[in-house]
Amino acid sequence: MKKLRFNRSQLCIPYAVFLILFVIAPLIVIVYYAFTNGQGHITFKNFASFFSSTNTLGTLLYSFSLAIVTTLVCLVIAYPTAYILARSNFKKKYVLLMLFILPMWINFTLRITALKEVLSVLEGNISKFPFLNSVIGMTYDFLPFMILPLYTSLLKLDKSLLEAASDLGANKLTVFLRVTLPLSVPGIISGMTMVLLPSMTNYVVLDMLYNSTYIMGSLIGSYFSAYDWNNGSLISLVLLVIIFIVTLVTNRFSDEDSNGRGALL
Amino acid sequence: MKKAWRICWLALILLFIYVPVLVLAVYSFTDASMVGGNIGGFSFENYANLFKNEDLRSMILGTLLLAVVCAVIATVLATLGAIGSFYSKKLPKTLLHNANQVPVVNADIVTGFSICILLIVILRVNKDTFIPLGIGHVVLCAPFVYLSILPKLKQMDNSLYEAALDLGATPAQALFKVVIPQLIPGILSGFMLAVTLSLDDYFITTYTKPSTFDTISTYVVNATKGSQTEVKTALWALSTLIFLIVVVIVVLMNVLSGRKKEARK
Repeated sequence: MKKLRFNRSQLCIPYAVFLILFVIAPLIVIVYYAFTNGQGHITFKNFASFFSSTNTLGTLLYSFSLAIVTTLVCLVIAYPTAYILARSNFKKKYVLLMLFILPMWINFTLRITALKEVLSVLEGNISKFPFLNSVIGMTYDFLPFMILPLYTSLLKLDKSLLEAASDLGANKLTVFLRVTLPLSVPGIISGMTMVLLPSMTNYVVLDMLYNSTYIMGSLIGSYFSAYDWNNGSLISLVLLVIIFIVTLVTNRFSDEDSNGRGALL
Repeated sequence: MKKAWRICWLALILLFIYVPVLVLAVYSFTDASMVGGNIGGFSFENYANLFKNEDLRSMILGTLLLAVVCAVIATVLATLGAIGSFYSKKLPKTLLHNANQVPVVNADIVTGFSICILLIVILRVNKDTFIPLGIGHVVLCAPFVYLSILPKLKQMDNSLYEAALDLGATPAQALFKVVIPQLIPGILSGFMLAVTLSLDDYFITTYTKPSTFDTISTYVVNATKGSQTEVKTALWALSTLIFLIVVVIVVLMNVLSGRKKEARK
């Protein structure tokens, strides 16, 4: 032990190597595969056929609509909830918050199973409402991801600003619209990205609720089962580009300490 | 009146969150074969099956083992990585931060698929060695451990490390006896987060797992496609069991942290 001499900054070398090998390299490989065919020749055919087929474009559109509707539903449910929780006079706010995010630690497939059973009792035949059920399922799955960032940003909000606004003559609605809402934008944005991206890809929720329509994730799944690595890579690349754009946009609004799922503990 | 509305809203959301889980919990203690059907008699049969059924038992143990092993590896890698990057120059630090951020913002399905392409398709690593699966789960978990340790590093009193060196400790001793003990809370919460992420994962597992191995997520998804009633109702029991364990852990954590605060007073 005594002979071991090292600079503290060198400690990150194993992790850096790990990230290069298993995070960066796979992404480079994805880009390469997206623009080659099965024989390894460079081709734009995968690319062209994705953007010219009505099937795949329909899937993209369906994913977007499902993701946007789910995100909005989550926001509409989560905002008042987070607002009430953050502003309550209840002494142990934290315990109350825990009640809302505790189910998150149950495996999501088991939770969706539970939801499916209840929905089939309520609706009789659940395959009659595929879109509605998928929205409900995803909301059920991702709601905590929306509540948490909203709660944190509303809790941090400086109360004296609200008092100042009402002292200066603003009514309650104005205070909310002109002070609270703008100041909670970072929470809204980070919650929305937390829900938007998984709801474009989590096809398991759809499968389990008997929605046979494809979303972007299902395309990757079906190319995976067909050993079609090139087209699968192209779909991954499309998703990567979407994620990159969303990240660029949201980085302008985000505050430092909201790192998505990392905020959970 | 207004307060009543707020409580009603919270109660409504809690109902949405808990009704499915609780309905399943009630049915798991009966011999009913479907929710909404005749409840029939009280029975522990489903819980017994969970331990009697060879398949189910090895699946649950496998999932837990995978989660713990991967969380340990991820925690070691990411802890060293975080310490190293904290003391690095600006450029390597930014690079590492950004590389670490990639799996966090990326969709799990893309992470899983890209690792599958690199390791299984290109490098031809045998799936049955569990190496792709293990790497996939470490990629999933490590970035969140890294993120949960960084704030603790920022809070740390840097002069303690210098003092340890001045008093004759080697850098390794100073690291293990001075720096790491101060990071323990971050390391622990990162580890817990890593375990829960690994337990909840479906997509990375599907694309990298050996064909005969199942985690809870992949097992449940396959089971819902099949029609084995015994397995289906045993999964209700599993869901209830996990729910109870989560509740106990959350309550314990709250009690413990409450005690700590009391002690500080």
